[in-house]
Amino acid sequence: MTEKHTWIGKLYLAFAFAILYMPIFYLVFYSFNSGKNMSGFKGFTWSHYQTLFADSRLIIIVLQTFLVAILSALIATIVGSLGALGIYQVRRRHTRNLLLSLNNILMVSPDVIIGASFLILFTAMGIALGFGSVLASHIAFSIPIVVLLVLPRLQEMDYAMIDAARDLGANSWQILSRVILPFILPSVFSGYFMAFTYSLDDFAVTFFVTGNGFATLSVEIYSRARQGINLEINALSALMFLFSIILIVGYYLLNQYTQSRRQRRQKDGVYLK
Amino acid sequence: MTRTSRLSYFSLYLLWILFFVITPVALIVYQSFFNLNHQFTLQNYRDYLSSSVYLRMTLNSFIFAFLITLLTLLISYPAAYYLTRLKHRQLWILLIILPTWINLLLKAYAFIGIFSQAGSVNHFLTFIGIGPQQILFTNMSFVLVAAYIQIPFMILPIYNSLVDIDPAIINASHDLGANNVQTLWRVIIPMSANGVRSGVQSVFIPSLSLFMITRLIGGNRVITLGTAIEEHFLTTMNWGMGSTIGVVLIIIMFITMMLTASRRKGGVKR
Repeated sequence: MTEKHTWIGKLYLAFAFAILYMPIFYLVFYSFNSGKNMSGFKGFTWSHYQTLFADSRLIIIVLQTFLVAILSALIATIVGSLGALGIYQVRRRHTRNLLLSLNNILMVSPDVIIGASFLILFTAMGIALGFGSVLASHIAFSIPIVVLLVLPRLQEMDYAMIDAARDLGANSWQILSRVILPFILPSVFSGYFMAFTYSLDDFAVTFFVTGNGFATLSVEIYSRARQGINLEINALSALMFLFSIILIVGYYLLNQYTQSRRQRRQKDGVYLK
Repeated sequence: MTRTSRLSYFSLYLLWILFFVITPVALIVYQSFFNLNHQFTLQNYRDYLSSSVYLRMTLNSFIFAFLITLLTLLISYPAAYYLTRLKHRQLWILLIILPTWINLLLKAYAFIGIFSQAGSVNHFLTFIGIGPQQILFTNMSFVLVAAYIQIPFMILPIYNSLVDIDPAIINASHDLGANNVQTLWRVIIPMSANGVRSGVQSVFIPSLSLFMITRLIGGNRVITLGTAIEEHFLTTMNWGMGSTIGVVLIIIMFITMMLTASRRKGGVKR
């Protein structure tokens, strides 16, 4: 590759990153504007952050959003990991492919379809719309990603380890908790993490199944944004951006940590693939 | 492990498949055969197929999704290509992923400010002498914002397929006398076709149904399949017709997936 070529590449990437980040920084920048809207910076102020922290309705919605995210990710991780274990044990190729296709339906379906069909489902089952229906939907659409993250890790596992454990007298529960679980734990954590972000990020499905009394942050932002510009939302987005950065750095460090641990173990001669 | 113990922990997952995968799809198909008075009828499908409004809406939705996918691909392919040439690629890829974690609504909301009458784009247009234009609530603004939101989902699968290409093959191509353009066109692009396919798949399908962007950025002028479904379910309460459009969307989804199916899995969702 020529010198000139790399120069063009870097310039193009700078342009691409500028496009990706410009709207986000634009939001954050105007959250400090003492004017009324997102044009013409009038002066620096913290006042939108003060309004934000005094807005008890919004604070409650933030807490509800996190509660849904934490709980739904937890339950989805448990069900999804067990599902991955189950699929892993299915020996017949045909059944296994069928299960995987069913698993992936919710991954590829457009959000409106998931939302609309869940709305019909909850109404048909007589379940009231609100916290319960939102939680159930978030669990439902997070399960497949957990399966997709845990299953490859299970397939990396050497089946001889399980045979060895059984030969040494371990029962099913011991095999699961002492052999399989420690091995797949990093992927279970990634699964939880992805489920958590899916839940935090979701708008369309929640919008369909939320009813009147309950709102998550996305739904609230949507209804406020439809009324026009309100710099309190900018302040909120600045805080959420900060939170995302903390999350992604945490995720990166966790990955680095598990990878370096794996490499160290390999170097020390402990058998781990 | 015994068969019974396997079934006991597998059952929760199987219940999930039954209740949240199979039942909802069945229900949406079932619902599409009912009219507002809860009578079984084929009227919804007859209405859909005979009404120029619905058919034009479907076609428009298709064209919008096509334009969004094309624009996203044109921006993303070079970006993914140059990303593979960088040092510390892990870090740069993380920076591509980071914006996808910002709530989609917030990103759309940012563009309400950027595209508004007194917003930055209009400032710039005034500065270069074109003068302020109506940008918000137009078709173009919808395509631009939707493409912006989808870019990372296109870059990631293409990047993954490009990284997998053995550098020796590219060296071989040069050694055999191909220039940069020939190498790109004859070697690199065909070898990254799987990444492009899964990128197109993960951009095109959601683009048919982004109803919140059409509402916030397109005003109420842009109507996609997603907008129509949302309208029928939550505003006019005509679930039968909404489900019918939903079934159409599911069929389009399957066709798209068949057309973009690749032998090797490499897709990233959302």
